[in-house]
Amino acid sequence: MPKTSAAVTQADYIKAYRIMLLSRVLEEKLASLYRAGMIKGGVFLGRGQEALSVSVGTHLHRGDIFAPLIRDQAGRLAFGDTVLDTLRTYLGSQLGSMRGRDGNIHRGRPRDGYYAMISHLGAMIPAVSGALFARRLKGESGVVGATCIGDGGTSTGAFHEGLNAAAVEKLPLIVVVANNQYAYSTPNSRQYACEDLLDKAAGYGVTGHKADGTNLLDCLQTLRLAVRNAREGGGPQLVVADLLRLVGHGEHDDGQYVDPKLKASPLGGDCLALAEHHILEQGWATAEEHAAWRREVESEVNSTADRVRREPTPDPEEDDWAALSCPEYREHYATS
Amino acid sequence: MITYLEAIRLAQQKALATDPRVFLYGQDIGNFGGAFKATKNLSKEFPGRVFDAPLSEDAIVGMAIGAAIEGMRPIVEMQFADFSTCGLNQIVNHAATLYYRTGVPCPIVVRLPSGGTSGGGPFHSQSMEALYAHYPGLVVLTPATVEDAYTMLFDAVGLDDPVIFCEHKFLYNHLKADSLPETSLPIGKARLARTGRDATIVTHGAMLHESLAAVTELAEDGFEIEIVDLRSVKPLDTDTVLASVARTGRLLCVSEEWPWGGVTAEVIARVSSEGFGLLDVAPMRVNAKDTPVPYHPDLWSVHRPTASTIAAAARRLLLS
Repeated sequence: MPKTSAAVTQADYIKAYRIMLLSRVLEEKLASLYRAGMIKGGVFLGRGQEALSVSVGTHLHRGDIFAPLIRDQAGRLAFGDTVLDTLRTYLGSQLGSMRGRDGNIHRGRPRDGYYAMISHLGAMIPAVSGALFARRLKGESGVVGATCIGDGGTSTGAFHEGLNAAAVEKLPLIVVVANNQYAYSTPNSRQYACEDLLDKAAGYGVTGHKADGTNLLDCLQTLRLAVRNAREGGGPQLVVADLLRLVGHGEHDDGQYVDPKLKASPLGGDCLALAEHHILEQGWATAEEHAAWRREVESEVNSTADRVRREPTPDPEEDDWAALSCPEYREHYATS
Repeated sequence: MITYLEAIRLAQQKALATDPRVFLYGQDIGNFGGAFKATKNLSKEFPGRVFDAPLSEDAIVGMAIGAAIEGMRPIVEMQFADFSTCGLNQIVNHAATLYYRTGVPCPIVVRLPSGGTSGGGPFHSQSMEALYAHYPGLVVLTPATVEDAYTMLFDAVGLDDPVIFCEHKFLYNHLKADSLPETSLPIGKARLARTGRDATIVTHGAMLHESLAAVTELAEDGFEIEIVDLRSVKPLDTDTVLASVARTGRLLCVSEEWPWGGVTAEVIARVSSEGFGLLDVAPMRVNAKDTPVPYHPDLWSVHRPTASTIAAAARRLLLS
């Protein structure tokens, strides 16, 4: 089935773009809060990956499973995460979904199908697969699960085991690889030896899709097709999108190791700027309307940040310090 | 007569029969019935609920976690406890952290065929209870009897938290019982396997039976030794241990694990810090030797604690 059969309307494009814009503005705020010392842990941004990420989140429905990775702010927002909970988690608000017990991108609401990643790359692939396996056992159909990973993550054993197991069970899983050319500082030449990461799809017996990660339309079409295939019983789908990480690994990293030739190449294009240009060029919005969109999200982000900064942080005296849900099995250690 | 292994099979059968959320996932556990036959005939009896898995311990546990989040009660079999290191990340970093991080419990049971058997060698013999007990967020069970293998495995499936079920391979076929109880002590409670007044042995798993043999030998010399079978190493029933030490004043901890940071170290740390005044003499412990588990039966039989090494240690404790 050709990608062009996955019709993307003007409304779809603009909806996705506005989530990308919200994500970019929110992440700029996070970077600014980080530089101001307001965030205690790390900040990991998805600049340059918003088109791909939003395309994942926007094609999932309520009831689907989504396990995003570190550069998926846009996909998270598209799936239903909020500016409020993002800021609460980064700023360590007691009111956030992680209550200060975990931070930054390690957030989720598993009961809503929005899984909270662990840092170990590839680990979420079998977890989403298990969720889909459970849905099948419960007799549910039409459900899909998606999880995101990077070029570096494809080198892990968990990636291999997870994708293979999902393929054996023919689960409706979409694994999205943001091939952003660097795993922290390690270039792809030191990461894998196949010609293209897409080649791995054949090895696992899953359908492969290639996308231009700088191009929102291509990402939307690719993910629409991949998600539809999975939903209709086509088994796991591996999506590989080529792009360039336009920030350091985290805000602590200036990314000086990135090859300038890559930055100057088409891979180095900023998907948000390219999408904005497309919208203006198509006459889907005027420059004034676009400026108003930006002001709107800046206002939301700034007012939410102000609100969250006034919220309580976790109280060590109030935490129950319990890793087990069953009170009767918790250990009590004498401390004096 | 019902073997320890059959008790494990029957506990899974009962869980499948009584709880539609339960399914089994692991290597060779379907038609083949498992490497040890702990799932024999279950795939026929419960079609669509017992699944062969690829040779992927990380994916097996990861799949179980996702299924548990979605409301299922998976029981996964690691073919040998030793291979669970290949699924360690999912167990200790994902299953064990989920509730604390997200408030969503992770009710999975990971069955670990544990411990040494003659000829097992370095990679089919390990006792991993201390490794898992070290991580917050896991319940770690070590049944030593046929009855406990049955009731504790069934109870484990009902727990909302992840359970590492260390079933001892040495006991699989030669430990037998006439019948199985429907209920037992709750998980987390130790059991007095034998009462006595002269010393306390705290142990678990297959070492219960070596300890019982040692105590029978010592009884011929007039020593009455109490044995605490921990049953569960996490949570660890410190109260029962302290109560026993309060009666006897002497403590010997016995475990098939390696010594460094093991269950014996934890029990002695707790008794020393919480019950120092109860001790008449310094506590002692007997563990496996601090080497990989050897292959040859002549080496293996000396590597692990036995009735005679336990009895010898107990004599030193009693005479000190």
